[in-house]
Amino acid sequence: MSETKIKSLLEKPVKVVNVGLEGFSRELEQQGVRVVQVDWVPPAGGDPKLADLLSKLGT
Amino acid sequence: MKQIDEANQEALRRMLSGDPVLVDVVPAAQAIPALKDRMILHAGPPVTWERMCGPMRGAVMGIAVFEGWANDLEAAAALASDGAFELHPNHHFDAVGPMTGMTTLSQSVMVVENRTFGNRAYCTINEGLGKVMRFGGNDEEVLERLAWLRDVLGPAMGEALRAGDGLPLKNLIARGLSMGDEMHQRNVACSGLTLRELSPALAATSSSTEDLSKALAFIGGNDQFFLNIAMAMGKAVMDPVRDIDGSSLVTAMSRNGTDFGIRVSGTGDQWFTAPVEMPEGLYFPGFTEDDANPDMGDSTIVETVGLGGFAMGAAPAVAGFVGAGAASDAANYTRTMGEITIGENPEWTIPALDYLGVPSGIDIRLVVETGLAPTINTGIAHKEPGVGQVGAGVVRAPMACFTQALEAFAESVGVS
Repeated sequence: MSETKIKSLLEKPVKVVNVGLEGFSRELEQQGVRVVQVDWVPPAGGDPKLADLLSKLGT
Repeated sequence: MKQIDEANQEALRRMLSGDPVLVDVVPAAQAIPALKDRMILHAGPPVTWERMCGPMRGAVMGIAVFEGWANDLEAAAALASDGAFELHPNHHFDAVGPMTGMTTLSQSVMVVENRTFGNRAYCTINEGLGKVMRFGGNDEEVLERLAWLRDVLGPAMGEALRAGDGLPLKNLIARGLSMGDEMHQRNVACSGLTLRELSPALAATSSSTEDLSKALAFIGGNDQFFLNIAMAMGKAVMDPVRDIDGSSLVTAMSRNGTDFGIRVSGTGDQWFTAPVEMPEGLYFPGFTEDDANPDMGDSTIVETVGLGGFAMGAAPAVAGFVGAGAASDAANYTRTMGEITIGENPEWTIPALDYLGVPSGIDIRLVVETGLAPTINTGIAHKEPGVGQVGAGVVRAPMACFTQALEAFAESVGVS
């Protein structure tokens, strides 16, 4: 995306979808930005052994 | 993996094609010939007397007096401590029991037959609320009620059911869902429907107006009467789903007040256990969470089959009763359980969710991947023997059961 396009995005009110860490959305909300927080965690809570098994077993 | 998906589809097909019918009420020794003198079946995975929680011990003591194996509770406790009783899970004998789940040879058990597969499952008759044996109650009042269930109501229900072709449960539960029941902590509608269905035959087969009147009043006055029928139904529906090679679906969830256990189709009858968790809920006046015993009972077979906490969207009234939040939160519980199940039950739908079928077929892979443990609606027992129910709440199945199961399941299909 060109720099001009990025700047034009920020000329209008920003709408944000935040995935994962809620701290980012809280910061934006405190500045009056509309944020939709997506409740997401890494597969198997980030446990690499279980995540590896899941990738082999498929879901 | 394709073989797992195919095995799971077969498991789901068996689950959804079950045709459970309440066909009889008979003494437990007749239904379960392997059930012998001084043998006690309890809820949950295996547990010894030494590791039993307070209410489970209280129930063991009470049932030993009820069966005439001990003269009083103190003597019963001494016998139990000496290993005089054989203790086994209900699940190992085609049975289930709520909370402490005591099943012994002379008690009446309800018989649910799965007519698609020909198997049968058993559960005792619900005693009502408050100070009852399933919550660890064991005084004279509790034992007298058990004797009446054994000597009067059980035989009367058996005769009434045998006079007809039994009570088909699938449609009855479908109606209950549309009337606000989720079949674990709310059974108001299904209990009423059962009373309506059984009353004519109870009246036609009764030889005592006094007994008939008491039987009708007991069923009609017990909002949870249907719970034990729903449990036997769940066991009858889920048992044919066991032992399918390569299936990662859960076939049973159960707790004994100390451990929570699950079984998975592809790993047979092996239990995967972890310490039970404490329900979060609301307490009856005079009680607090300091009085509460951790999670207990075979009643999670209701969630295993897609009802209870999984069908919370059908029963917004229960969300308030169990302290799960506002009525509008109920739908979220059902939708969330949809993330850990592989299908929906087209015959058990929830009108308020645009006739969404209840989430069915818990896949351990989805539970571990999402970190979403099954939601369970439950009663809460006092932690001391002899007191009874003190509240109701919501609890999650421990994730450790599912991670252990996943590792064993992976090994069973040659994945490491």
